[in-house]
Amino acid sequence: MTVDLSPIDQNLLSEIASIHGMPEGAYNIRKDGQLLVRNSSANIEIATKADNPGIDITIKPGTKGETVYIPVILTQSGLKDVVYNSFYIGEGCDVTIIAGCGIHNSCEEDSEHDGIHSFYCGKDARVRYIEKHYGEGEGTGERILNPVTNVYMEKGSHCEMELTQIRGVTSTVRDTNAELGEGAKLVLTEKLLTHDDQTATSNMKVALQGDESSVQVVSRSVAQGNSSQTFNPLVIGQAACRGHVQCDAIIMDKARVTAIPGIEAASEEAVLVHEAAIGKIAGDQIIKLMTLGLSEEEAEAEILEDFLS
Amino acid sequence: MLELRNLSFEVPTQERSQETKRIIDDLSLTIEDDRFTVITGPNGGGKSTLAKLIMGVEQPSAGQILFDGTDITHLPIAERAKLGIGYGFQQPARFKGMKVKKLLDLAAGKKLPMLACNEYLAKVGLCSASYLTREVDKSLSGGEMKRIEIATILARDPKLAIYDEPEAGIDLWSFDRLTETFRDIHSARNGRSIVIISHQERIIQLADDIVWIKDGRIEAQGAADVIMPQLGFLAKDHPICTLTQPTELHLTEIPTTC
Repeated sequence: MTVDLSPIDQNLLSEIASIHGMPEGAYNIRKDGQLLVRNSSANIEIATKADNPGIDITIKPGTKGETVYIPVILTQSGLKDVVYNSFYIGEGCDVTIIAGCGIHNSCEEDSEHDGIHSFYCGKDARVRYIEKHYGEGEGTGERILNPVTNVYMEKGSHCEMELTQIRGVTSTVRDTNAELGEGAKLVLTEKLLTHDDQTATSNMKVALQGDESSVQVVSRSVAQGNSSQTFNPLVIGQAACRGHVQCDAIIMDKARVTAIPGIEAASEEAVLVHEAAIGKIAGDQIIKLMTLGLSEEEAEAEILEDFLS
Repeated sequence: MLELRNLSFEVPTQERSQETKRIIDDLSLTIEDDRFTVITGPNGGGKSTLAKLIMGVEQPSAGQILFDGTDITHLPIAERAKLGIGYGFQQPARFKGMKVKKLLDLAAGKKLPMLACNEYLAKVGLCSASYLTREVDKSLSGGEMKRIEIATILARDPKLAIYDEPEAGIDLWSFDRLTETFRDIHSARNGRSIVIISHQERIIQLADDIVWIKDGRIEAQGAADVIMPQLGFLAKDHPICTLTQPTELHLTEIPTTC
């Protein structure tokens, strides 16, 4: 299947999904609210939803080592794209899902993409989900991304989610919800960089419902310029479970960061820990890198890059 | 060659106070190439400040610093680093998200081959396989941080390396290893100079030259065999400065065998 991609399209796809040209295997690329190109594979079926805009991705039980790409790009100003994507990940799978949204807005009108993603992780399935959000373009129109991520994890399933938003997104409200069954394990890593007048809010609610379930929430963020960020992760322990929430933020310029890591135990066997730290780049870090020959600006950039790596 | 000419460093006695206190007082010192110099003396005598003035972390109130004939008194830290001055911090900075490998690469100014990393870490008694992918953050103990700090200077290989109390915060085993490392650096110096600020007799014993600093001034200076016998006498007035055993013992378990 061949599709013509403009240089802007190609750049967005490279930023959000590190893909150059068409990927191998199963993929679905959406552009400006329309399907651009789709490919199902022997084990991964991608089908248009009957009720809502969006797709159902069904991965056969036992599928191992496959990757699905479902990037979305927006280059048309003034468009609000709402999409519902559901992932049905069969028992015993071991797969990687690469999603993301890139907006190029060169006009005055706002562009918005709201992706509502639901993951149904079957028994003993292992999933790695990577989502990158990115905005660019010289227009004054806002670039808005409001993703909702719902994760339902069955017994013994394992899910690693990396949610990243680096630069260019004017405003975002992220909602992430997860329910974990017995022995399920979730690692939720969120990385965020805001600048200028951007705003970002991240709400998370993770319910540890089964014994031996565990979650690790790691939030790393950098707030620059006049931007503001709010983190509101809540882990609820309803069984003999373990939960750890860690929010770490670097604050710069006139930015503002609010971190409200929450833990709620409804079982005396639940072990829940939270920690949060907000601070500027430490002077001793910059000085150390300067003694290695980096300028102050280079040192700062290096520290931020590693912090969000 | 490093030359310090009539160097002074003053700080206000209190915040916003006009009154100042001299930390370094009209100090002149020359450190020749190919020499291993230990700067010692009582705590609060100005040793670390002197090291910071050489690296450019602090700016002198008066005086001049010359490195290989170039006036570097007002050069920024990075420029001094590029000219060949290296500095091992007493309390190394930690970096969230930065891997040990990356820090060594930054120190060397290039992507280092694994073999080189192994060598630098082995020299400070760390197993490369266990450490290269570790993050230089609070998951590392004080002793581990200190060894990695020294490894960054080895990777940087500066013409003039200054180590500020490399033994502080290091456990006894590491201290033995550290002494060996400095002995090796000393024998392989090949024109480079090493300056170590230290209280430890076993490190002082390695020196070609010893400089004794007290109250921001040089009290005694000269070849090690001349100064060494005087040190016991000099230290007697300053019981805080014992020249026998490592000052701080942190007994941490650090994997040292691969």
